Amino acid sequence: MKSNNPSVFQKDLVQQALKQSFRKLDPRTLIQNPVMFTVEIGTAIMLVVSLSSLTGNHAQGSFGYNFTVFVVLLLTLLFANLAEAIAEARGKAQADSLRKTRQETPARLENGKVLSSSQLQKGDIFVCEAGDVIPSDGEIIEGLATIDESAITGESAPVIREAGGDKSSVTGGTKVLSDRIKVVVTTQPGESFLDQMIALVEGASRQKTPNEIALTILLAGFTLVFIIVTVTLKPFADYAHVPITIAAFISLFVCLIPTTIGGLLSAIGIAGMDRALRANVITKSGRAVETAGDIDVLLLDKTGTITIGNRKATYFYPAPGVDEKHFLKAVVLSSLSDETPEGKSILELAGVNPATYAVDNPRFIKFTAETRSSGIDYGDVRIRKGATDAIRALSEKAGNPFPVEIEQRVKTISSNGGTPLVVSENEWVLGVIELQDIIKPGIQERFERLRRMGIRTVMVTGDNPLTAKYIADKAGVDDFIAEAKPEDKMNYIRREQAEGRLVAMMGDGTNDAPALAQADVGVAMNSGTQAAKEAGNMVDLDNDPTKLIEVVEIGKQLLMTRGTLTTFSIANDVAKYFAIIPALFVVAIPALQSLNVMKLHSPESAILSAVIFNALIIPLLIPLALRGVAYKPIGASALLRRNLLLYGLGGVVVPFIGIKLIDVVVSVFI
Amino acid sequence: MNTEILGIVLMYVLVLALAVPLGRYIGKVFNHESTWLDALFNPLDRLFFQLGGIDPHRPMTWKQHLVALLTINMIWFIFSLFVLTNMSWLPLNPDGNPSMSADLAFNTSVSFVTNTNLQHYSGETGLSYLGQLTLMLWQFISAGTGMAISAVVFHALRERTTGELGNFYGFFVRSCTRILFPIALIGAVILVFNGTPMTFEGKDTITTLEGVTQHISRGPAAAFISIKQLGTNGGGYYGPNSTHPLENPNYLTNLLETVFIFLIPLALVFAMGRVVRRPRLAWMVYGVMTVGFLLLVVPSIYFEMKGNPALADLGIAQPLGSMEGKEVRFGPAASAYWAINTTCTSNGSVNAMHDSLTPLTGLFALLGMMINCFYGGVGVGFLNFFVFIILAVFISGLLVGRTPEFLGKKVEAREIKIAMLVALLHPFLILAGTALASYLYTTNPTEYADWLNNPGFHGFSEILYEFSSASANNGSGFEGLGDNTPFWNLVSGLVMLLARYLPIIGPVAIAGLLARKKYIPEGAGTLKTDTATFGIMVLAVISIVAALAFFPALTLGPLAEYFTMTK
Repeated sequence: MKSNNPSVFQKDLVQQALKQSFRKLDPRTLIQNPVMFTVEIGTAIMLVVSLSSLTGNHAQGSFGYNFTVFVVLLLTLLFANLAEAIAEARGKAQADSLRKTRQETPARLENGKVLSSSQLQKGDIFVCEAGDVIPSDGEIIEGLATIDESAITGESAPVIREAGGDKSSVTGGTKVLSDRIKVVVTTQPGESFLDQMIALVEGASRQKTPNEIALTILLAGFTLVFIIVTVTLKPFADYAHVPITIAAFISLFVCLIPTTIGGLLSAIGIAGMDRALRANVITKSGRAVETAGDIDVLLLDKTGTITIGNRKATYFYPAPGVDEKHFLKAVVLSSLSDETPEGKSILELAGVNPATYAVDNPRFIKFTAETRSSGIDYGDVRIRKGATDAIRALSEKAGNPFPVEIEQRVKTISSNGGTPLVVSENEWVLGVIELQDIIKPGIQERFERLRRMGIRTVMVTGDNPLTAKYIADKAGVDDFIAEAKPEDKMNYIRREQAEGRLVAMMGDGTNDAPALAQADVGVAMNSGTQAAKEAGNMVDLDNDPTKLIEVVEIGKQLLMTRGTLTTFSIANDVAKYFAIIPALFVVAIPALQSLNVMKLHSPESAILSAVIFNALIIPLLIPLALRGVAYKPIGASALLRRNLLLYGLGGVVVPFIGIKLIDVVVSVFI
Repeated sequence: MNTEILGIVLMYVLVLALAVPLGRYIGKVFNHESTWLDALFNPLDRLFFQLGGIDPHRPMTWKQHLVALLTINMIWFIFSLFVLTNMSWLPLNPDGNPSMSADLAFNTSVSFVTNTNLQHYSGETGLSYLGQLTLMLWQFISAGTGMAISAVVFHALRERTTGELGNFYGFFVRSCTRILFPIALIGAVILVFNGTPMTFEGKDTITTLEGVTQHISRGPAAAFISIKQLGTNGGGYYGPNSTHPLENPNYLTNLLETVFIFLIPLALVFAMGRVVRRPRLAWMVYGVMTVGFLLLVVPSIYFEMKGNPALADLGIAQPLGSMEGKEVRFGPAASAYWAINTTCTSNGSVNAMHDSLTPLTGLFALLGMMINCFYGGVGVGFLNFFVFIILAVFISGLLVGRTPEFLGKKVEAREIKIAMLVALLHPFLILAGTALASYLYTTNPTEYADWLNNPGFHGFSEILYEFSSASANNGSGFEGLGDNTPFWNLVSGLVMLLARYLPIIGPVAIAGLLARKKYIPEGAGTLKTDTATFGIMVLAVISIVAALAFFPALTLGPLAEYFTMTK
């Protein structure tokens, strides 16, 4: 990962954000947020009231008091705007660092013409050689190259990209280290995924997600309740002959409406996108991130995700009566020309220098689908290595028996999820090599974590069901699709969705594209084909198949941060009532002093303390809003208990303490 | 004193012991499962269905249900307006009572249509027996309406993905014939045996021990009283309601009438568990409602038994507790228990004068109506509770980081919008109504002087109580309010109408919308809604919404009175 989580209040970011927070006072932008818009109206009224009290009209209290209320309300607005501005600035900073990779670079077209990267149109074909920076996203149509993608992924190891297949995609800003490739441009300028993401983070094209809309309705509802409460209080007070000042009415209203969550709501949304970007995931919409939090089923490819790359040789078993050294020699010789990863791993496990077994006039036998074996001939020695059936057929044809012990061993290996390779010399069975899938270290814990989050993991593999089951058990996935064809994935996703579950998957190949499009959350690897990237709704720049786990957590955090701050904001009202209500009535009805449980200094100090608390709590919660509430996979009920206690009960208690403390300070000045 | 409390405990244990099996029975009736009463009721129901040309098995969508409900209510509303304004010349009027004025007839009809039974008249002089019978018919129809519509919501919650939610007429007729009628009959018989009149003869004339001639009003009272309690209607046969010795003769009838207040609201919770096939959910709902009820009833009993602090200051001993406005045959504990029963369930019948309750008991009675879902009215109590469940589900969903869902259905913006509007409506009607009355009273103190017996905080409580009662479709009065005027008749009539139908339409719409959605099976990450944790969440949402909306008003009413009194 390129950048971690820098401090929320970086100096240059805050300066930029401060400017923005004044600009955001424009009522035309503020009306998007009904809660804060009503605060702005209240602030405007207080300005008028303060000015009128300056002209000698003291029916509404002194100028100093009214003006202080006005200033505190203005600060409330500015703090809310600041939260949004900081979130945007952080997002922009992150996007800018990605954007730097898209500096103008020259692009050499096929016909030798040189263009600037921004002039490239979709469909243009350019050529890159060792040392060139790739000018634009595209797909290799000819050649193979090693490419340094560290500018995007932060990963220093170079990767290989080649025409055809699933690794044909290149990203603008990465550097070719060797060879020469021909690339066709796949996106219009300004329309790449990164451009889309930058627009999302900057808020220009940010649309409210369904949950955010529902929450806005809830908050608007609460605001309406408090409009009713405040407006009807006027005739109630008149009935009881209690005079209430405009400042007190507006303070009561502003304190009661959920300004804390209202002020932080959009910042939380932007910060969620920003966190995804920091995890090097480009999302095409905010909705996708939110959906990720709801995922029920996760489809993962076995290779590369659950197991490390390819199978590895883990053990050599000589047949009874065969000398171990002799068997080892045969094994090494048979694998000398074997360029497959399995073949290489056999030499690795043997741990001997092949040169020690130098032979004369070797003739290497290539693997064919027909013989299903490979090997070496030298002199009158014929060594073969291959699938059990193939070698058995070979030896039995020559009239040699297939040792029972080897038969037994082959079965054991298979049922343990391994692949047996039998080695023979001159049609006599020498022994068997065990190949095993290596399960990634730490992957069990990740699946366990997913399970506790309520997500079922499904492994997709081309292995036979027996092997698949073994690996599935060992890795701790909940289900597997064995001998999977591309349409199997698709069918599995459809079936789960028909039962109402949300499915996520990662994929890279073109044949993954339909499934990626069908899945509710489809994460395409950046190294994958253009088709895959178009089909999914996220692109992972790191090509890390386990990235989905992080995306799921980001989605959950997003919802939780909104939920906890809403709960906190509404729970705060209890204490604010106990501060303001006695203050409103106590002069006319002294008996209500009993309700002043915080023993606040005076009605004015009580009202000021409540509005000041209300304003200060917003900047204090900005870090929480931007970082997100930590998600703990402890089960939904336990999580509800925990958050209810922390933010519900905490939300009731904290303002009692806060308002009292502020009152102690304020009473010094009054 | 201990026997008084024992009596209350007995009342609660009895109602719970009856409500659990009754709930199972109601569930069967709603499910069209067979019961041992089928032999009796099948032919009866068939008769009704044939007369009405109704196919009780033709499924309806939630919109069709609402149309059916409003149609039934509208037709009978016009009928009752006609009877009430023409009673004087219509039959069954042995006492020669006059017809009602148009505004009073409007208020009374609305009041009974909406299951409120706010009475701005006195039964003895204000109604003929035909009038009483018409209102009694309403006590069945409005209760049956509530039960039928709750059956629709239960079915909607059970169904996986469908728009078809049973037949409204089927639910309605079955609720009336198989549930309300037999239980009401049993209650009426018990009342008759305890001395409640049941006759069509006119006033009885007796000579008292002092030798004075008295005219005693009578009529078909026992039948009326039984259903008024059972259907959370609450409209008394006599003006003083169940404080009247013929309406509630002794402790036994008081026990019966108290049990009847809670019986169906409680049983419907368990019926929900059976229809939805989630008994645990029913127990969660029951638990939350019970905790809420106890929080209101326990301090109320305490304050009534403790006596009035103002009297104590004068050095007057109150060995019986606060007895102002209470019947000696019931005592303060049973009266306080009834007061909270009747306000929590939107019943509204009284066995003591609520105007005379000590200030904090008055506050708890007000809160019972302001919350209006701790058991709540027949059928509609659960509907109100359902709205809070939806809000709690939404907030809890966010708190655990998952798109909120209830019983396998996603709760989205549209449902939240409806739930929020319904939750808003009740505070709006109470506060706006009270504000309007306060404004008029403050600006025209001489013109409206006869509105309030007690100016000051208590007068404010009277206004607040009247609107809470109207909006909660409760129907009890704090009294002491001169409420038979065109203003009160029209305004409280409007409040009752809005407060009855919008909170029915809203939850039915939510349930109907949810029923159509795709069903999501419960997974490991799903937040379970039948747990104590979620129960606490619902209770918190209910309490905080009530507290936030009503705290200022309650401060100026009962709290100001209490603190002034104890100073």
